[in-house]
Amino acid sequence: MEDTLANLKRGERCVITDVSSIHIPLKLLEMGCLPGNYVELVQVAPFKDPMYLNINGTHLAIRKETAIHVLIKKITHE
Amino acid sequence: MSKQINVALIGNPNTGKTSVFNALTGLNQKVGNYPGITVEKKEGICKLPRGVKAHIIDLPGTYSLNASSLDENVVIELLLNKNDKDFPDVAVVVSDVENLKRNLLLYTQIKDLEIPTILVINMADRMAYKGISLDLDYLEEHLKTKIALVSTRKKQGIDRLKNLIFNYKDLSIDHCVDLTEIDPTYFDNLKKAFPNQLLYKLWLVITQDVNFGKTDRNEIDAVANFKTKSKIDLKRLQQKETIKRYQFINNVLKKGQTIDIASAKDLRMKFDRILTHKIWGYAIFFIILLTIFQAIYDWSSVPMDFIDSAFAAMSEWTKTQLPQGAFTNLLSEGIIPGLGGIVIFIPQIAFLFLFISVLEESGYMSRVVFLMDRIMRRFGLSGKSIVPLISGTACAIPAIMATRNIESWKERLITILVTPFITCSARLPVYLIIISLVIPEGRFIGLGYQALTLMLLYLIGFGTAVISAYILNKVLKIKSKTFFVVEMPNYKLPLPKNVAITVLEKTKSFVFGAGKIILAISIVLWFLASYGPGENFNDAEKITKKEYANQHLSAEELHQKIESHKLEHSYIGLTGRAIEPLIRPLGYDWKIGIAIVSSFAAREVFVGTLATIYSVGSDQEETIKNRMAGEINPILGGPLFNFASGISLLLFYAFAMQCMSTLAIVKKETNSWKWPILQLTIMSSFAYMVALIAFQILK
Repeated sequence: MEDTLANLKRGERCVITDVSSIHIPLKLLEMGCLPGNYVELVQVAPFKDPMYLNINGTHLAIRKETAIHVLIKKITHE
Repeated sequence: MSKQINVALIGNPNTGKTSVFNALTGLNQKVGNYPGITVEKKEGICKLPRGVKAHIIDLPGTYSLNASSLDENVVIELLLNKNDKDFPDVAVVVSDVENLKRNLLLYTQIKDLEIPTILVINMADRMAYKGISLDLDYLEEHLKTKIALVSTRKKQGIDRLKNLIFNYKDLSIDHCVDLTEIDPTYFDNLKKAFPNQLLYKLWLVITQDVNFGKTDRNEIDAVANFKTKSKIDLKRLQQKETIKRYQFINNVLKKGQTIDIASAKDLRMKFDRILTHKIWGYAIFFIILLTIFQAIYDWSSVPMDFIDSAFAAMSEWTKTQLPQGAFTNLLSEGIIPGLGGIVIFIPQIAFLFLFISVLEESGYMSRVVFLMDRIMRRFGLSGKSIVPLISGTACAIPAIMATRNIESWKERLITILVTPFITCSARLPVYLIIISLVIPEGRFIGLGYQALTLMLLYLIGFGTAVISAYILNKVLKIKSKTFFVVEMPNYKLPLPKNVAITVLEKTKSFVFGAGKIILAISIVLWFLASYGPGENFNDAEKITKKEYANQHLSAEELHQKIESHKLEHSYIGLTGRAIEPLIRPLGYDWKIGIAIVSSFAAREVFVGTLATIYSVGSDQEETIKNRMAGEINPILGGPLFNFASGISLLLFYAFAMQCMSTLAIVKKETNSWKWPILQLTIMSSFAYMVALIAFQILK
C-alpha cells in the first residue's frame, strides 16, 4: 500500500506522487499540492490534526481528512 | 484624457496588497459593500502624473480565479463583466517576493483574460534577508508585462507603479498559457461553438459552480449547455491546467529568480516552534486573550466614562438652553442619548480591532486557527470560527461580519447563529448593576463573589455557544464542502498605517451601519415612552398633583413623580403592563417588563429605562442602584431585586436575543429572514425557560 501524507512524521520530507482529484479541493492544488512537488511536515496540532506543511515553499495547514487523499513517497535521509 | 483610469488591485492574501492600496491612495479611500452581499468594497483615488486620476478598487484577496468563497467570487464577477462600471482598464497583481511561484498562478490567470496586467513584486526589502535575487528584465520579457519592485515598508517603487498605471496602454495582452494544449479536442470544439468569445473566459464560466449575478453574459451563459464533460472530468482538466500554469511559471523563474539558500534566514521556524507548540502555543494564546479582555474592559472605561458624561451634559444643556417643547424633548431625550448610545461603543470596538488587526497583520491569527481547528471542529465549527467568537465579546455585529472567510457554508452559518450567545459588551452594564444588587460582596480564595459571578456569566455564554453549535451541527442538514486550507504566512511586523486604517474603517462602519439602526430605534422608543393614550397620560400632572397633595413634596420630587406616572401610562408602559402576567413567574414586575421591551433595541438600554421608570433624575449608577434596592415585589413582598429574581434576570440577558442590530446583520449575512427569526424565537424562548426555572427554584 502506498503512503499518504497523513503518515508523514514531523520533520520528514516526501514527494507527492498522486492526488485524488475528487477529494482534494482545487484551492489546495493551486497552492502547490501537485504530483512531483516536495512536502515537509513542519508542525502538528494535538492528535496530529491539522497538519502544518511546507509544500513547495508554501506554508499551509490542512486537516488530516484531506491529507489521506494525497499519495506520497517518503524521502529517506541520505 | 479626461476619463479616470480604472485599476483593479488583485493578489493572494498576505501579499501586502492592502499596504500597496494604502500607499497608492492614502486616506483617499472609502469602504462600502457590493450590492446585495456583505463583501467589503474598498475603493480609492490615486493621483497620477499630468492631472490624471486612477480609480483603484482593492479586490478581496484570492489565490486563484476559481472562487471558493463569497469574497473571492467578487473578483471573478468583476473580471468577467466588461459592462461593469468598475471593469478595470488595467489590473495590478500584487505578489510577495518570498512566494513568487505561487503568487504568479493568479497572475497567469488574469493575463489570460487579456486584461493589461502590471505585476507588483512586493516586500522587496526582504530579498537580501532571504537570499533572493531577481532578473527583472528577463521576468518582464517572459511574463510579458512590466514589473514594479515595491517595498511599502521602505516606501520604494510606488512612483514606478504609478507611472506604469499611467502608461497602461503600452502593456501587452498576450496570454501566458494556451488552454488548447491541455485537451485539444475539447477546447477546439469549445472554440468552434463560440468563436467570438475568449477561450479562457468560456472555460471559467463552465467550471465555476457559483451563481453569477445577472450580467451581460447571456451569450456566454449558453456555454452552460456545453458541458460535455462530467464534473470529475472537468476537475481533472482544472488540475492539468494548474500543472500547466506551474510549468510555465517554473520555466520563467528558473532563469529569472535565484535563491541563495545559504544566506537565507528563517525566523518562522523559531517562532513556530513555540507559538504552535502543543502546550506553549495554547498558553501564549490564553495570555494574549487575557490582555485583549483587559483592554476592552479596563482601558476603554476611561474614554467611555468621558463620553457618557459628555453626552449627559449635552443633553442637559439642550434642555435648559432651548425653548421647551416637543422638539427640545426629542433632541434632549431621544436623539442625543441615542447618539451617545452609539458613540459609547467606539472605544471598545477600536480596541478590539486594534488587536485583531495586529494579530492578523503579524501572521499570528493563522496559528490560532491552526491550534483551535481540531477543538472547534468537534462542535461543528472551524478553526476560523475562533476569530468571530472572540470578537463577539465586544459586539456580535463585527463578529458576524468576520465570519466571511469561513469557506464551508455550514460552518459559517453555525458560527453566525451561535455568536450572539457570547457575552457582548452591551450585556456588561446590565450584568454589573444586577450583580452589584444581588450578589454579596464577600470573597472566595481572594476572588470577589461578584467578579466570580461575572466570569461565570462569560463562561455560560461561551459554553452555550459551543453546545448549541454542537446541536446545530447534528440538526442542520446542509451539505457543503468542508475543506480547510489555511495559509501560514511569514511573521511580519504590522505596519502602523495599516492597523490605523483598519481601526478607523471598522469603527466608521459600526457608527454608520449599526449606528443608524440604534438611533432610529432610540427615537421610536423615546416616542413610545413620551406619548400615551387617554387622560391618564395626558393629565398626568393633574392626577399626580392630586395624589400627592398632602405629602408636601419638593418641586423636584413632584416632577419625578409626574415623569414616572407618565411613563407608566405611555405606550411603552402599557406594553410593560400587558406582558406582566407573562413575566411574573420569572420574578419581574411591569417596570422590569418595560425595561425588557425597550432593551430589545439594545441590551444596555435596560439600565437607562429603569432610571426613567424609577424617576431618578440622573443616570448615576449608584442612584439607580439604591432606588432599585428599595423596590418591593408587589405580590411576594420583600425586595423585588433579590437573589432569585436577580439570577433569573442575569440568565435572561445571557440567552435572550435582545439586539435588533444583530438580527439585522444576520439577515444581511445569510440573505434570508429565516435565520434571524429562528435565532430570535429559539434564543428568547430558551432565555424565558431558563429564567423561569431559575426563579422558581431559587425563590
